[in-house]
Amino acid sequence: MNLGALLAFVRPDLDWHALAPELTLLAVGTLVTVADIALDDKAKRMMPTLTGIGLLVTLVPILTLAVDGAERPMFGGAYVVDDFSLVLKALFILVGYVVVLMSVDYVREGDYYENEYYTLLLTSLLGMVMMASSRDLVSVFVALELLSIPAYMLAAWRKGGPRSNEAGLKYYLMGVFASAVMLYGMSLVFGVAGDTDFGTIAAALRGEGASPIVIVAILFVLIGFAFKVSAVPFHTWAPDTYEGAPTPVTAFLSVASKAAGFVALLGLVFVAFEGAADVVQPFFWVLAAVTMTVGNLIALRQTNIVRMLAYSGVAQGGFMLAPFAVAFEDDAWQLPGTDITTTPYFAIVVYAVIYAFMNLGAFSVVLAVSRRTRSGEISSYGGLFSYAPGMAVLMTLFLAALAGIPPASGFFAKFVVFWALAGAGTPAGWVLAVIVAVNAVIAFGYYARVLQQMWFEPVPEMVALGVDSGGDDELDFAEAADATAEQDEHGDAWLATETRQATMVRFTPGKIPMTGALAAALAITAIATLAFGVLPGLVSHFGEVATFHFGG
Amino acid sequence: MDATGFDAWTLTLAVFLPAVGALVMMAVPRARELELKMIALGASLVTLAVGVYLLFAFDYGNAGTLQFGVHKGWIDAINADYILGLDGLSLPLLILSMVIIPLCVIYSWEHIPEPGNAKAFLILMLILASGMNGTFVAQDLILFFVFFEVVLLPMYFMIGVWGGENRRYASLKFFLFTLFGSALMIVSFVALYFVATNDAGAALNTFDMSELAAAAGGDLARGTQAIIFAGLFMGFGIKVPMFPFHTWLPDAHTEAPTVGSVILAAILLKLGTYGFVRIALPFLPEGAAAWAPWIGLLAVIGIIYGALGCLAQTDMKRLIAFSSVAHMGFVMLGIATLTPIGINAAVFGMVAHGIITGMLFFLAGSVKERYHTLEISRLGGLLKSAPRMGWILAISAMASLGLPGLAGFWGEFPAILSAYSPGAGLSEETFRTYMVIAAVGTVFAAGYLLWLFQRSAFGEPKPEWEGHVIADVNRYEWAAWTPLIIAMVLFGWVPGLIFGVVDDVSIGIAESISTAVGGG
Repeated sequence: MNLGALLAFVRPDLDWHALAPELTLLAVGTLVTVADIALDDKAKRMMPTLTGIGLLVTLVPILTLAVDGAERPMFGGAYVVDDFSLVLKALFILVGYVVVLMSVDYVREGDYYENEYYTLLLTSLLGMVMMASSRDLVSVFVALELLSIPAYMLAAWRKGGPRSNEAGLKYYLMGVFASAVMLYGMSLVFGVAGDTDFGTIAAALRGEGASPIVIVAILFVLIGFAFKVSAVPFHTWAPDTYEGAPTPVTAFLSVASKAAGFVALLGLVFVAFEGAADVVQPFFWVLAAVTMTVGNLIALRQTNIVRMLAYSGVAQGGFMLAPFAVAFEDDAWQLPGTDITTTPYFAIVVYAVIYAFMNLGAFSVVLAVSRRTRSGEISSYGGLFSYAPGMAVLMTLFLAALAGIPPASGFFAKFVVFWALAGAGTPAGWVLAVIVAVNAVIAFGYYARVLQQMWFEPVPEMVALGVDSGGDDELDFAEAADATAEQDEHGDAWLATETRQATMVRFTPGKIPMTGALAAALAITAIATLAFGVLPGLVSHFGEVATFHFGG
Repeated sequence: MDATGFDAWTLTLAVFLPAVGALVMMAVPRARELELKMIALGASLVTLAVGVYLLFAFDYGNAGTLQFGVHKGWIDAINADYILGLDGLSLPLLILSMVIIPLCVIYSWEHIPEPGNAKAFLILMLILASGMNGTFVAQDLILFFVFFEVVLLPMYFMIGVWGGENRRYASLKFFLFTLFGSALMIVSFVALYFVATNDAGAALNTFDMSELAAAAGGDLARGTQAIIFAGLFMGFGIKVPMFPFHTWLPDAHTEAPTVGSVILAAILLKLGTYGFVRIALPFLPEGAAAWAPWIGLLAVIGIIYGALGCLAQTDMKRLIAFSSVAHMGFVMLGIATLTPIGINAAVFGMVAHGIITGMLFFLAGSVKERYHTLEISRLGGLLKSAPRMGWILAISAMASLGLPGLAGFWGEFPAILSAYSPGAGLSEETFRTYMVIAAVGTVFAAGYLLWLFQRSAFGEPKPEWEGHVIADVNRYEWAAWTPLIIAMVLFGWVPGLIFGVVDDVSIGIAESISTAVGGG
């Protein structure tokens, strides 16, 4: 390549309007970093505010793009801004906003590095926002790494606590392992198709049929994402990571990170692998059935609420995977090259939106309650209804939503899954629908354990310390540096259920110390959970308009 | 068909007024108990006032068609609409629900069970009311499902928080059983949406219940109908509850607080039987015909099993709970015959059982409050220590065993009668056998109820109660019970009050079934 060729490089046409959300996020992240360096310590208190405002500002270009409505393919179709991407981008930004609200006091009271925390959060969000527009193996991979790497660091944010380090390390190792498997699969796909563009891959795979190389290629890519969405048997990192990571980060991982995995899967399955339905559908049938069943059964045994929510998240992921098993059975399925919305696709988008708010809500309550109890054991929720009825009612709402009981939103999420499975009209679809139904019942078993504690049980006299509540009970970082596991009595780490050296302390019930930010997070999630349940049309609208564009 | 003006709002008011009351109560501090009770009573009485208006404005000449209709968009993506409507089948059950709730509020005035907290208790009661009223007037399957499920959590908490010793077990069992049924039920609903056709074989793709009923299964194969019916059967059958899914019921009733038991027996169980009559039978006539002999069989097993269960009980409340299994067996037998008489009897049986068993549970609660036990062997001499309560127990027990002249008779006797000649080509031999078994069941019913009455009311009060003052019926109890006692006698003497309203609907359902089965 001579100099002339280099000079002949033509800058690709950039649609600045289309890229405005990404650029805004980038600018806010930079601003937070620069402000931290430039301003004195006092100004650092502004970081979460700045981040929050920045996220809300990011919604503006998303809205203008949505009003405009045009599909804007860029970079030869590798990056597309369409209605689908806008819906998901808005979701990610809103989730990010709620996570910031959950983090404010947690991070400040824990005396963690504030601005780095928010910078990393914004970077991860940037990756997710990019994922929503990626229509090409390379852009998918770049977005995935961009969202994952900050998340590894966030998981290990309480670096004084061994649990958090374990969380970060496990997440990191499993994450890079998954990336490697996926990359290998992608290289095989590239070998078969000769291109990384979804549309070209689809055409190539249709011509190829289910040859061994195609099967291996597809399975490796899908398995890579199965790690991301913590599908069984690739879920093993999730409970430890969720338990060890700071609670707001756990909420972020369990909602946003998982949704990003599903966003990538939607593009890959519905477009790129459309020609290989024979491989994809049975794979997802088994994956979904195993994920929801195993996730539910293990969740039944948990005594720690975050671990329980982690396994419940695994099971919920199984419900969300189920529509993939009938991805191409729908009559409404349109030929590639056009904009698509099909019932399975619709179901997954709707489920992801509903799941985001109900799960964030549950984590917000966990955060709030732990400010009082400083424990993560389900038994510490005893008698919550008697001393904090409002919080108990909110938790009931979120758990009812997760369990799929109307009028909380989750029922509609489950319903659209049934809808997609039944709409396929195949025996496989019907059987999976019944499996989903049975699992929905099993799931209530563990949500009910929390309900029972909150409503039926007396206030416990002693609780096992353990939740990192933020607050004064956290160790200073200076101390934390040489803190050992024995010094856990200050509650610097979540104590894992199995290796707990539980420090039982006397518990006095009382008003839960609330903060404005946490209250706002609870309000947003509660309103969304209730509104989506009573008027599911609000959320199904987004599922309907989220048409997926590809093909340049 | 949609109503206009105020009429278009009546059903919406009937459904949501209690919920609005609950919302208002949430804003009132827990300590202001009297105001909370007033709001609860007010909300339930205003709802009842809407019910009274409905009773007067209802066009009885057209009881077979839906009235006060509302049809608004709700969830466009899945074609589920906000459709409400009231016909002769819904009306008696809706009114029953509207009457029971204020009575329960009045009864609770001074009887908030341990551990107290009138606010939460009454809020849950009002949410229950909204769910139950909604179920009876919803004319869209998804809307029906939502209301059907809304009642679960409040009842779960009612049993779990205010229940007896074994409340955790009982509440979870109640919840898991019903949830399991409704999970399969929703799969069937979705299946109906996708596979239900009209006679020409075109897919209906609707959740509108009146359209699905009009199609009457269309040209769906009998086998398909039977499979979808099985899902509905699980959903409704567990709720009824039918043998062998009844095991949650005695536990739930025994542990539930008095008012919880009353609502459970009087209304919640009817959601299941109502579902059979409203949804399962008309939508899937051939499925119903295929299942009817088995439903009939389970019904008569329930009758005998419930009766034997009653005879074995030593606890008054548990005995009444088992009697519910038996009584709902009669209701289901009536439904299984697929005849107008049978369905009429079933609806009458639902209302009568609601009134009578509700009354019996009230009595059990009051007895428990006075004696702190429900062990039948420790009771006795109620007629001496609290004669008025004793006589009320006598009337209720007589009504429950089906004595002519009281309401219970008109639920049982026509149900048995209808089994003599079942409709839709069902085997006469089979149903006549059921008829004989059910008739034997009435003898058992007389046995266990009279025995209960004899042991608890006759004789001298047991020595252990010497020195205790067993108070007679107090004014709150009078207020709560008088309407029920009047209804027992009234419907016993003038059964046409209910039969006349339901008749059009039952004839319509039975005809459409026999057409579908005969023509298919």
